[in-house]
Amino acid sequence: MMAYNLPYLAVVALVIIGLYALLFRRNLIKMVIGITLIESGVNLFLITLGFRKDSVAPIYTGAPSSKSVMSLPVPQALTLTSIVIGVAVLALMLTLVIHLYRHYGTLDSGKIGGEK
Amino acid sequence: MTEMSKIVKTITNIAFPFVLIYGLYVISHGHLTPGGGFQGGAVVASGLAMILVAYGSNWAIKKVKEKDLSIFESLGAIGFISLAILGLIFGSVFFKNFLTGKEILFGKIPEFGSTIANINTAGVIPWMNFAVGLKVIAGLFAIVLVMAYGTRHLKGGA
Amino acid sequence: MNFLETILIHSPPLIVAIPLLAAFLTPLIGKLNEKVRNGFVILCLLANTSLVFYLATDVLNNGLHTYIFGAKESTLPIVRIFFEVDEIGILMAVISSILSLLVVIYSWSFMKKSTGLSKYYTLILLLTAGMLGMELTGDMFNFFVFLEITSISSCALIAFWTDRGLSIDAAFKYIVISTIGALFVLFAVALLYGQYNALNMAFLAESIPVNFTFIDKIALVVLLAALAMKAGIVPMHMWLPDAYGRAPAAVAVVVVSATLASLYGVLRICFTLYGGIFNSIYVSSQAIGGFIVILAILTMLIGVLMALRQSDFKRLIAFSALAEVGYMFLGVGTRLASATSVTSYTDGSSMVTFPAYSKTALAGSVFHIFNDALDIGLLLLVAGAVYYATKETSMNKLGGLARNMRYTTVFFIIGLLAVSGIPPMNGFASKLIIYESTYQLNPLLSIIAVLSSIMLLAVFVKVFHSVFLGPSQNKFKDTVDVPKSMLISMAVIAGIIVFIGLFPNIVFDNLISPAVDALVDNSEYISSVLGGGV
Repeated sequence: MMAYNLPYLAVVALVIIGLYALLFRRNLIKMVIGITLIESGVNLFLITLGFRKDSVAPIYTGAPSSKSVMSLPVPQALTLTSIVIGVAVLALMLTLVIHLYRHYGTLDSGKIGGEK
Repeated sequence: MTEMSKIVKTITNIAFPFVLIYGLYVISHGHLTPGGGFQGGAVVASGLAMILVAYGSNWAIKKVKEKDLSIFESLGAIGFISLAILGLIFGSVFFKNFLTGKEILFGKIPEFGSTIANINTAGVIPWMNFAVGLKVIAGLFAIVLVMAYGTRHLKGGA
Repeated sequence: MNFLETILIHSPPLIVAIPLLAAFLTPLIGKLNEKVRNGFVILCLLANTSLVFYLATDVLNNGLHTYIFGAKESTLPIVRIFFEVDEIGILMAVISSILSLLVVIYSWSFMKKSTGLSKYYTLILLLTAGMLGMELTGDMFNFFVFLEITSISSCALIAFWTDRGLSIDAAFKYIVISTIGALFVLFAVALLYGQYNALNMAFLAESIPVNFTFIDKIALVVLLAALAMKAGIVPMHMWLPDAYGRAPAAVAVVVVSATLASLYGVLRICFTLYGGIFNSIYVSSQAIGGFIVILAILTMLIGVLMALRQSDFKRLIAFSALAEVGYMFLGVGTRLASATSVTSYTDGSSMVTFPAYSKTALAGSVFHIFNDALDIGLLLLVAGAVYYATKETSMNKLGGLARNMRYTTVFFIIGLLAVSGIPPMNGFASKLIIYESTYQLNPLLSIIAVLSSIMLLAVFVKVFHSVFLGPSQNKFKDTVDVPKSMLISMAVIAGIIVFIGLFPNIVFDNLISPAVDALVDNSEYISSVLGGGV
């Protein structure tokens, strides 16, 4: 039973490491990496939900026998959509970091901004 | 970004057609094998990014302007939504697969059972794969190009 | 009228698809001619708004509309994506489409001097499509996708004037917090999917009360926390003053609309998805309601107290917007926290009784969403007009503008009275309902709410005096009033505010009461998808 739970443990580890990098690091690039780690963790969680024990690939033509269990195809589409959204958000965040570096000359989040 | 050495440029020249063909294969066979619009488009865009890195951003910016890429991006997205609205006009539900059952234009219905994969199937899905693939290629390459352009100024100045 | 009927049946996807198609046609048209592009965008949003109104009249007369993507009927078990339009969804869609149309009319002159305007209009159309998709959909993962579209577009719009470092800093904070919120919404959707193997809201609303497991509780808390974070409630409100205060004024109005769409998400989760739970388990309704009430009180107080010491015009309006969000959450929390007793039936089910004032509190909250979008929108547009005329945002440097900008002053007075809840304007109607109903839960809540309104009035009178009254300054000798398109959009909002203020019954009985009835009783929502076999 432990082997089937291993992806869920990996999800927890990824999300915790991502949250740590986001909350406790002040470099902007490390914050972006933290968000990417959280996103990878959630995607892994989404795709692991489709697994069924002793299942075959979800293809109708030429399925081995009509009584076998198929793993779910829907989480694959959901995870793909989520990966695409993650790429778009990552591109936007990195472009903002480039602009911020050009304006302030530093990547330390404690030194940028600042207005009561 | 400055350009890289002659060895890297030669290997990039040799490898780029293979990457391009592989990416287009993944896009066009999206209804038969794992893949589809986004996956194949990302492969082609990474091939284009390989050329950008090997030849340097100065050469790339002289050859390709970002505003030409936006035309392709818009065309891809307009194609996708037009196919959905055509599903509304011809098939009477939004996003309906109105091309199945016709003999031309990817319309055949595959036979049941274990057969060789027939590319001439699945209706409107391959067309949507092409539209999404075009948009993803143009979009991801525009992102990489604009970032290369942006960091070029940074390296010279601050 | 076969054509009109066909348009009506197919209108839920068309309402989302028309801005999406226009968003990608805009760069191509923009390469040809600038004015044609502006006219095209306004025409598309006008068509979209009229379609939303047409669908609204039909939904309010005839009930829910359901739309299945890709098939005429749903023969399989629920696997297709559904758009389900009920009265609360179409109310929020009316708000979003009106605000988008007026912002685009306003931006004709406000953004005329900026470059890259094709991208600006593309992003506004994408943001409109995202908001309308969030409000019309009946599927959890579709809600997440539109939530992400909305937050990415609004982040890019907040950073639109890239020559200022502060705007980009505000946009970075906004995208980090939005992405974390959206990722945790996805986490909760994955939890619900793993438990019930379905993503449709109606199916989940039917299956959750059968067996309220631990995973459902975790999903409820994560969803509420993430969506409340996007709506700006207190421990997580840090992005709100920066995002509203440092963006271009037209953009801040559509970001207000996007924030209210996240608040709609909270309403949908609390009352439709978990409605069966809050109607049958007395303790969880009180617990979550009490918590939301405490956070709402803190939001109101922090918003008003921070607004007292601001010297930047738009940032002050942003803090007052934060206080208004507190009013909306107060109504929702009162509804949940006022659960009094539970009656158990013989077949094992139980029903919680809510006192009569709780439904009024929820109605006040929903009415306040409608009014507040208009009030804060008008104030932000006035701030943008002042910036356009004088290029100053700090109130220390402004003064005596009433002589030069007469119309703008009148609109600011209307917005001031509306936001602080003074009688001839619409804010009075919704705030009076909230005061009366929360008083019966606990008198202290109502006292704090009235105090916040009074402090808001004080803050805005101070702003009015320092910006518009006072001696005229030399550098503002030849400022003229703003161009006509900006005046038109401000006048339309002011007209709607005065109309609702004078005749609140019309709006309340026809728009708000059906929406609240649809919220507190989710049985029609479920049976429209599952019961009659579609």
